[in-house]
Amino acid sequence: MSRVPVKMTINGRAVEALIEPRTLLIHFLREQAGLTGAHIGCDTSHCGACTVDLNAMSVKSCTVFAIQANGAEIVTIEGMAAADGTLHALQDGFRQMHGLQCGYCTPGMIMRAHSLLKENPNPSEDEIRIGISGNLCRCTGYQNIVKSIQYAAAKINGVPYQEAAE
Amino acid sequence: MNDMTPTQAERTGKLEGLGCRRKRTEDIRFTQGRGNYVDDLKLPGMLFGDFVRSSHPHARIKSIDTSKALALPGVKAVLTAADLKPLKLHYMPTLAGDVAAVLADDKVLFQNQEIAFVVAEDRYIAADATELVEVEYEALPVVVDPFQAMAPDAPVLREDIKDKMDGAHGPRKHPNHIFNWQVGDKQGTDAVFDTAEVTTKDLFVYHRTHPSPLETCQCVASMDKIKGELTVWGTFQAPHVIRTVVSILSGIAEHKVHVIAPDIGGGFGNKVGVYPGYVCAIVASIVLGVPVKWVEDRMENLSTTSFARDYHMTTELAATKDGKILAMRIHVLADHGAFDACADPSRWPAGFMNICTGSYDIPVAHLEVDGVYTNKASGGVAYRCSFRVTEAVYSIERAIEVLAHKLGMDSVDLRMKNFIKAEQFPYHSALGWEYDSGNYHVAMQKAMDAVGYPALRAEQKTRQEAFRRGETRQLLGIGVSFFTEIVGAGPSRNCDILGVGMFDSAEIRIHPTGSIVARMGTKSQGQGHETTYAQIIATELGIPADDITVEEGNTDTAPYGLGTYGSRSTPVAGAATAMAARKIRAKAQMIAAHLLEVSEYDVEWDIDRFKVKGLPEKFKTMKEIAWAAYNNLPPGMEPGLEAVNYYDPPNMTYPFGAYFCVMDIDVDTGVAKTRRFYALDDCGTRINPMIIEGQVHGGLTEAFAVAMGQEITYDAQGNVMGASFMDFFLPTAVETPKWETDFTVTPSPHHPIGAKGVGESPHVGGVPCFSNAVNDAFAFLEAGHIPMPHHAWRLWKVADGLGLHA
Repeated sequence: MSRVPVKMTINGRAVEALIEPRTLLIHFLREQAGLTGAHIGCDTSHCGACTVDLNAMSVKSCTVFAIQANGAEIVTIEGMAAADGTLHALQDGFRQMHGLQCGYCTPGMIMRAHSLLKENPNPSEDEIRIGISGNLCRCTGYQNIVKSIQYAAAKINGVPYQEAAE
Repeated sequence: MNDMTPTQAERTGKLEGLGCRRKRTEDIRFTQGRGNYVDDLKLPGMLFGDFVRSSHPHARIKSIDTSKALALPGVKAVLTAADLKPLKLHYMPTLAGDVAAVLADDKVLFQNQEIAFVVAEDRYIAADATELVEVEYEALPVVVDPFQAMAPDAPVLREDIKDKMDGAHGPRKHPNHIFNWQVGDKQGTDAVFDTAEVTTKDLFVYHRTHPSPLETCQCVASMDKIKGELTVWGTFQAPHVIRTVVSILSGIAEHKVHVIAPDIGGGFGNKVGVYPGYVCAIVASIVLGVPVKWVEDRMENLSTTSFARDYHMTTELAATKDGKILAMRIHVLADHGAFDACADPSRWPAGFMNICTGSYDIPVAHLEVDGVYTNKASGGVAYRCSFRVTEAVYSIERAIEVLAHKLGMDSVDLRMKNFIKAEQFPYHSALGWEYDSGNYHVAMQKAMDAVGYPALRAEQKTRQEAFRRGETRQLLGIGVSFFTEIVGAGPSRNCDILGVGMFDSAEIRIHPTGSIVARMGTKSQGQGHETTYAQIIATELGIPADDITVEEGNTDTAPYGLGTYGSRSTPVAGAATAMAARKIRAKAQMIAAHLLEVSEYDVEWDIDRFKVKGLPEKFKTMKEIAWAAYNNLPPGMEPGLEAVNYYDPPNMTYPFGAYFCVMDIDVDTGVAKTRRFYALDDCGTRINPMIIEGQVHGGLTEAFAVAMGQEITYDAQGNVMGASFMDFFLPTAVETPKWETDFTVTPSPHHPIGAKGVGESPHVGGVPCFSNAVNDAFAFLEAGHIPMPHHAWRLWKVADGLGLHA
């Protein structure tokens, strides 16, 4: 099959490649760019394990052709920690609040939460639940994911995290 | 001592051992996208496999033409049954003593069954090529309803064994019959039923569903033809057993088979068995001499690799008028699909279904299970439960509610009246189990107090009156369940997998500088073993958990174990971990005595050190002892400080719990909203409460899914319905209720640290709790038993059937 050139910035790094036009962004990221953090869980854009930021918006990268990301700025889970290795508030929050178990949905969940907190820096619990409803988790029952995002929001906003009573 | 000397509490705290809400070791890599899952693996020259699957649920294969697929550039091979037959690999043995087709030979028995395996340079080309394989079918009549499977004129499904009327578990009554399994005293039970004052009889259907972990089943097989060695990376909950099976099937000596389970993205029972994808990838790699990857897509996962449940349970209770249960009788019709591939210990064709007397002191009981073949995918895996325990608990917990309603008794009172009493443990059940420990009345009372049970019933009564007056269209359901699990299989005297006893193992090595590497025969799929096993060792050996690395999944380095499912990791490998640590501590005691120049009887253990009795300032820490183990030993002692333990548990463990659910149901929309869900779990000694609560949240969420909507169905023609996340219900954060967790602690008397296991309890107890809430809401309208799943459309139909929309 004929190949087309594609060029994008991934986690601040310029990436160029020749790809089949039908290449999905998730396969491009995982198999050509070597970034295996985003996962594939369903193939039908229900589970959100493949969520990345595309031009500062959450996308399910199994439902985007890599060529559609031509010229775009992509951020994946691998681009979340600071250059010195300091974890992003969400990465820290998920660990502190036990917001993950098998870890398979986690990169997508964190990337979705990342955009959510940009859209709404101080979301309520219901807003978080709606905001992450495109991302499925089979392990946690979401309760601690909600807390993880609240923890991160507090940290980003520079206020102390207060756990809501159950 | 001076003020700088750490207190005992400080020393204990530093270990982060038993009881600590320790943050997980695993999360460091998972939160940074540095997990190492099977599909992340990329090897030079690796090819991809994909399946051609049957569009028919039952058909004779007249021909398979692979020529167009083979002509597609990039396609390297197409395997069919004809290729596997000479290798005797077109069928493979199942855990249940049956065989299952790897690639369909002559006939297909369920929709999406594997017919051909295409191997190509990349996954896109492989997918293209599957569409170029031409299969000619001759459709055959299907068996979808298990109740019709043994009809005299039912089409014979398994022609390969049609004349073999003696199955793996005794005689078969019909070509579509798999086994008949009976436990208990039939005559004695029947006699009680003949004269009982009150009896109940209901058909409780526990519908077919699927574990559906977020990561599907997948593997990479890599044959090194020079060394004659095969390496298989895969999503294996039981990697050591997989190695043994691969060795037997392939004929490659077991020491030349390397099975590695890297990080696994959830299992829930889906990743115990061997699937055709593994076999085909291995064969393709052996034939082609390059690595071959196989990754299931979601539709393949839901429709082929291992469904769960599909138990049709006719459950009867006999009782006195005042609510003393006298006997239980159950007949189960078990729909196993096309092959008997249940993932149960080999001698247990219906798993531990005979735990069905539940938490109650029922004097006599009889259980009979008939397994049948139908034109559906095979499986019958333990989806987040010990073998068939969810089915058993659902059956008794629904039956209790039905009996309470018939007697006009509160179902909690009925439970309290019939619970096994604390002083009866160890308790011998009518169907053969020895319950290790329990304190049911206390747990139930604590749960009732926490939810304010009498006030809820009063509110319900008020609501029912308002409903009858037409003032509300909302029903209030109060779901109660009290469950006893049976986990930690198991004593090898009665539990084995393909002849290998169900022990488990741990190996602990202390390095000279006092840090530790430990390896177990189990395999975490998200349970946090790297964190919790380290906590057990930390407490046993006084080395901080942060200085302990836990590894699992590599069959070359880890000791042999039977893997992680049926909540067996803590009860079995957790016990092995404690026992191995104690071997090390015994040696450390001798080294400490040598260093302190006293007799080993004059030193005693103190958190992280051995001290001289009565002289607390004279001590050697475990770190000092570790160093000495490599350079300053008592005369004649073997150097080093390590131990391995293979633990064969004396008994199972029996976690239990009391759950309450409060639910509002709108009769006009059928929408059910869980207002409150309270879960009290008793899993014995609690290793890491944070992880326990997380497990409970997750198990309850899967219980909510199963009870309220998750289902694999087939239409009358045998087409599988709902094999994608479009139709198969996985709750999002929006639908999922909020969970309240609580606990009591009744240690297991036979487990070295008293732990029982918890991962599956919330699913086992949660499903009947939700279903009881729904049934309870409608009970005052005499709705009878309402079958699961309780999604809005079905509840609307229940309301409609009761004339509530007139």
